Amino acid sequence: MSQSLSASVLLTIALAPLVGAVVTGVFGTAFGGNRIGRVACHSLAIAGVLLAFVLSAHTLWRVAVADAHFNQTIYTWMVLGNLKMEIGFLVDGLSAMMMCVVTFVSLMVHIYTVGYMRDDDGYNRFFAYISLFTFSMLMLVMSNNLLQLFFGWEAVGLVSYLLIGFWFKRPTAIFANMKAFLVNRVGDFGFILGIGLIVAFAGTLNYTEVFAKAPELAKLAFPGTSWLLITVICICLFIGAMGKSAQFPLHVWLPDSMEGPTPISALIHAATMVTAGIFMVARMSPLFEFSDTALGFILVIGAITALFMGFLGIIQNDIKRVVAYSTLSQLGYMTVALGASAYSVAVFHLMTHAFFKALLFLAAGSVIMGVHHNQDIRWMGGLRKYMPITWITALLGSLALIGTPLFAGFYSKDSIIEAVHFSNLPGAGFAYFAVLAGVFVTAFYSFRMYFLVFHGKERFDQNPDAHHDEQHGAQHAPHESPWVVTVPLVLLAIPSVVIGFLTVQPMLHGDFFKGAIVVNAAIHPAMTELGKIFQGPLAMALHGLTTAPFWLAVAGVACAYYLYLVNPALPAAIKARVMPLYTLLENKYYLDWFNENVLARGARALGFGLWKGGDEALIDGTLVNGSWKLVALVSGVVRRFQTGYLYHYALWMILGVFVLMTYFVWR
Amino acid sequence: MTLTLGHFLSLGAMLFALSVIGIFLNRKNLIILLMAIELMLLAVNMNFVAFSYYLGDMHGQIFVFFILTVAAAESAIGLAILVQLFRNKSNINVDELNTLKG
Amino acid sequence: MDLKAGLFYAFSAILLFAAFRVVTARNPVHAALYLVLSFFQAAMIWMLLKAEFLAIVLVLVYVGAVMVLFLFVVMMLDINIDSARQGFWRHFPLAGAVGALIALEMAAVLMGGFRISEEPKAVAVAGQAAGQVSNTRDLGILLYSEYVYPVQIAAVILLVAIIAAIALTLRERKDSKHIGASEQIRVKAGDRLRLVKLDATRPAPPPVADGAPTEEKP
Repeated sequence: MSQSLSASVLLTIALAPLVGAVVTGVFGTAFGGNRIGRVACHSLAIAGVLLAFVLSAHTLWRVAVADAHFNQTIYTWMVLGNLKMEIGFLVDGLSAMMMCVVTFVSLMVHIYTVGYMRDDDGYNRFFAYISLFTFSMLMLVMSNNLLQLFFGWEAVGLVSYLLIGFWFKRPTAIFANMKAFLVNRVGDFGFILGIGLIVAFAGTLNYTEVFAKAPELAKLAFPGTSWLLITVICICLFIGAMGKSAQFPLHVWLPDSMEGPTPISALIHAATMVTAGIFMVARMSPLFEFSDTALGFILVIGAITALFMGFLGIIQNDIKRVVAYSTLSQLGYMTVALGASAYSVAVFHLMTHAFFKALLFLAAGSVIMGVHHNQDIRWMGGLRKYMPITWITALLGSLALIGTPLFAGFYSKDSIIEAVHFSNLPGAGFAYFAVLAGVFVTAFYSFRMYFLVFHGKERFDQNPDAHHDEQHGAQHAPHESPWVVTVPLVLLAIPSVVIGFLTVQPMLHGDFFKGAIVVNAAIHPAMTELGKIFQGPLAMALHGLTTAPFWLAVAGVACAYYLYLVNPALPAAIKARVMPLYTLLENKYYLDWFNENVLARGARALGFGLWKGGDEALIDGTLVNGSWKLVALVSGVVRRFQTGYLYHYALWMILGVFVLMTYFVWR
Repeated sequence: MTLTLGHFLSLGAMLFALSVIGIFLNRKNLIILLMAIELMLLAVNMNFVAFSYYLGDMHGQIFVFFILTVAAAESAIGLAILVQLFRNKSNINVDELNTLKG
Repeated sequence: MDLKAGLFYAFSAILLFAAFRVVTARNPVHAALYLVLSFFQAAMIWMLLKAEFLAIVLVLVYVGAVMVLFLFVVMMLDINIDSARQGFWRHFPLAGAVGALIALEMAAVLMGGFRISEEPKAVAVAGQAAGQVSNTRDLGILLYSEYVYPVQIAAVILLVAIIAAIALTLRERKDSKHIGASEQIRVKAGDRLRLVKLDATRPAPPPVADGAPTEEKP
């Protein structure tokens, strides 16, 4: 029995955060005259997102239990010939799950912000931005056509820019937000090319119609080449995902985005915006299934990101950067799953990752607040005595991250590794090696951070850059954060532990995503093979204790324990021995250097050259100035004929007649 | 030999050429210039009359009639201008009439 | 016909000689007179071409009026003949070459191209059939039927020429006190009268002390 969801409920879900954002943004800031205070602002924003969450949870329940769905256009805002531009919603298992994740994490972050941004002047503006973000992300995931998806895509990019540069008086923040926006733009360029190709060849933007036309499109070749059209479309769409989900080489903006306040690192750059790319590829699975080339490309890119970003996480000293590189690596995992045609596994990992990564970011924020805004993990240590709730929740989050059996991350990561193992695409071997090695690396850097922050000797007084705040007096001991900060941590820790166990069966091996995700099981057997070996969550956990990923994770934790608690002098010695490798990692594989010096400088040199050569020399000099100079030159010669003497004129006339006559005589 | 139309036309051409030479040569005397213009008109009239005779068409002579009228009017005005010029410059040097040079 | 050809050659020779002398005469009066001669020769040639009316009109109008006008002007202007001849022959080679070239080329084209030597038979027959041949009559018929409008315009041109010639050269008498009517009407009070404010009475100037030098003796 399949029922329809209510359009007004869905509209409320999307618009409630928007109302909160607009009212808060207009009347809570100097723009509208500072009419409402902080309490009113945060209450309004939280109320909007809470309403959206409650309704999303209800929708998810209806979809999961009563098999309800919704696929209708709410409003057609423009018709161009045969092309309709609409606002519509498509709510099935995939979007319902995303809606819940987005609204839940957003709600946690809203509550957390009340405590974290308490002392900030831009308090109201922040709430407006994060509610606006929630609206944009919901429009993105609930969309039933490519144009609305693109609207949401661009809107989240915009809000990300606004939030990264929230402390706009800091030059590093401005540099980071421009970098994020521009790198995203590169991805968006590919994305819009993909959308354009779909419009050109399928003639429609609506998902259902495009998917219906997909088998015909799969037979076409891209005009003028021997490439399959569907391959080009899928690769273009994936380039958009590369930008938004920070895959190599368009990942360079994510570590810099840590310039923004921690709540947004949790909301945007861990749980929701960066997963938009993963969501988009999963949503477009009917198209991607037709192109093995595109899937292979996705597989390789994801594998590179998963492994090499993990390496960078090992040497970071800023607590947020460690988690940022961890996010990059886990996004690589999701991408690898997409490449192996295990779309549901990728989305499942997206969901579990959203919970434990948001948890880790918020815990990091809590730690930063606790040690008075120092972010360097070298000058922390032994915090478990002072911040117990933060400690426990961070431990749970880290265990989930490394894939400890029974925790949420285990189910999703192990499923990814198994799916890649069963994939038969060309890059699958490399991808399998990469994800497996990544398990060790993930465990290592996660627990390096954990041990350095919460265990070991207390090193607060060794910080050479410590600033002494007047309000704190002399060096204070760290303290636990207020309840508005710790309650979200607890509320996020719960799903990080249990959600995998509870949902792995219906999501991966049931029909939760039926209709939303399409897999061509004949040529991409990963999911069916996975289904064959699955025997229930408990059995999977017990089996997991005997597999390679578990032991690699244990090895990683053990190494971290040894290097940072037992023998703390050893890391420095190792670093001295492998200095070139360390320098390479420290410079982030010189990608930033390449972008700034080769690409950016090259573009500016090109612009300069076009200005000097094209605009000044060619257009101004030759065309504009040249024309009058030529006229002046010619007239300077011609004016010599105007002698003023009548007889000269008569002579020229007569000579002209003579020449004409001669011409006619000789013809 | 018998006269042909060509004879008369050549006569006209030679008259015309002479008057052009006259314009070119007379740089110091504007009156001779005006006379040369009259000669030019005479040459053209010669052409018209010759054609009128040899083609049996009276219209050529009508045209000469009008040319004569216009030539009279033009020489009257031309001389008036010349007189005024002389009053201003006290000579009739064509060489000095170059203030319109470019 | 031989007589006709002979007359033609004679008249042409004198015509060309006279034209040459017009442009090369030293004395402008001589030049004008040579121009008269050339007009007479042209009139004779036109007689040969059976255009009697035009020939007479040429003599009457052109020689009688236009050339007389030329002579008037020549004699009225006090031209310095010597300075007017300076540098005359310097330009002659070039001018002569150009002129000769033009004349010879045109002659070649024209002689080669136009070989009609007989007047059309139709005109001769029509003239004989109608009895007395009158060139004037034929001209008149055409003028007042087909060309009435151009005749009127020609009259207007002549009127314009008269007015233009007068307007260009008219000089006012210098001792005349005549004021134009339009100027009289345009006068304003401010041009004729100026009111000056003066006090009716003034304090007397201080008396001059004795012994100081005063005005000169009358």
